[in-house]
Amino acid sequence: MNEFFAMGGYGAYVWSAYGISAIVMAGNVLLSRRAERELLTRLVERYEGEAENDAET
Amino acid sequence: MNASIFQPLHKYASLMHFHRLSKAASPWVAWCSAALFVPGLIGGLWLAPADYQQGDSFRIIYVHVPSAWMSLFIYMTMAGAGAVALIWKIKLSEIVMRASASLGASFTFLALVTGSIWGKPMWGAWWVWDARLTSELILLFLYLGFMALQNAIEDRRVAARAGAVLVLIGAVNIPIIHYSVEWWNTLHQGPTVSKLGAPSIDIAMLIPLLLMVGAFMTYYAAILLIRVRAEILSYDRNTAWVRELVMAGPNGR
Repeated sequence: MNEFFAMGGYGAYVWSAYGISAIVMAGNVLLSRRAERELLTRLVERYEGEAENDAET
Repeated sequence: MNASIFQPLHKYASLMHFHRLSKAASPWVAWCSAALFVPGLIGGLWLAPADYQQGDSFRIIYVHVPSAWMSLFIYMTMAGAGAVALIWKIKLSEIVMRASASLGASFTFLALVTGSIWGKPMWGAWWVWDARLTSELILLFLYLGFMALQNAIEDRRVAARAGAVLVLIGAVNIPIIHYSVEWWNTLHQGPTVSKLGAPSIDIAMLIPLLLMVGAFMTYYAAILLIRVRAEILSYDRNTAWVRELVMAGPNGR
């Protein structure tokens, strides 16, 4: 198993390349999903606000 | 009441339809991506034999080459969508173009960084001003320029049109990147996969690479669907269908 992680002496290069790729790709997933959630929250607030305004007038 | 609900329904039908379709397709695309990543990573990191010249450092290819291909593929997608947006003024193509930009920038960044990490042990340098590397760096600046332009212009439709022009002008860089290793005497190695006829790469090395390319493509599609849906809701936020959908709650969405 140690041999696998050592990557024939190139372990630091190989794993950092894979690590950075994983971070960037996972980050894009999280950011996209968070942006979607935040948009939905904003829209709900907006529509609820409009409904209240309609009710008052 | 909102005036827009009195406008003809067909005007919104395509975005509404795409939103529903995309919602149904999303989990399938995401699972496809995961199903390609697992064998791709096992094959690339473990099963593929070490390169006879580069040893195990060549395994960086399985993140480097798919990232580099995606950096070009996403740009061409944006250029195609940009052309459609300029000619036919189709909203969906504007949305696809805008939603793709930061993903394209991410993959360009990854292609440059993983290439640099690979270059250090193989060439002895993190960076050289080689034609392939320089043209890929220009691609990163094109993506960043597009994103800055989108943020700078308030009106989304104006921003999309300006962005489409930028992307189409910048498209001249794409063949330069692709052919740079043939036109100039570069340090970057020549193509090993796309060579017509027989690729000069061992089949045990090639299969994980193809799996990883598939994984990256479906990953892009999966993220794009999430972003396009959000952009659709934002574009059409004044319409009745978005209001109904949003107010229906998490289960109705």
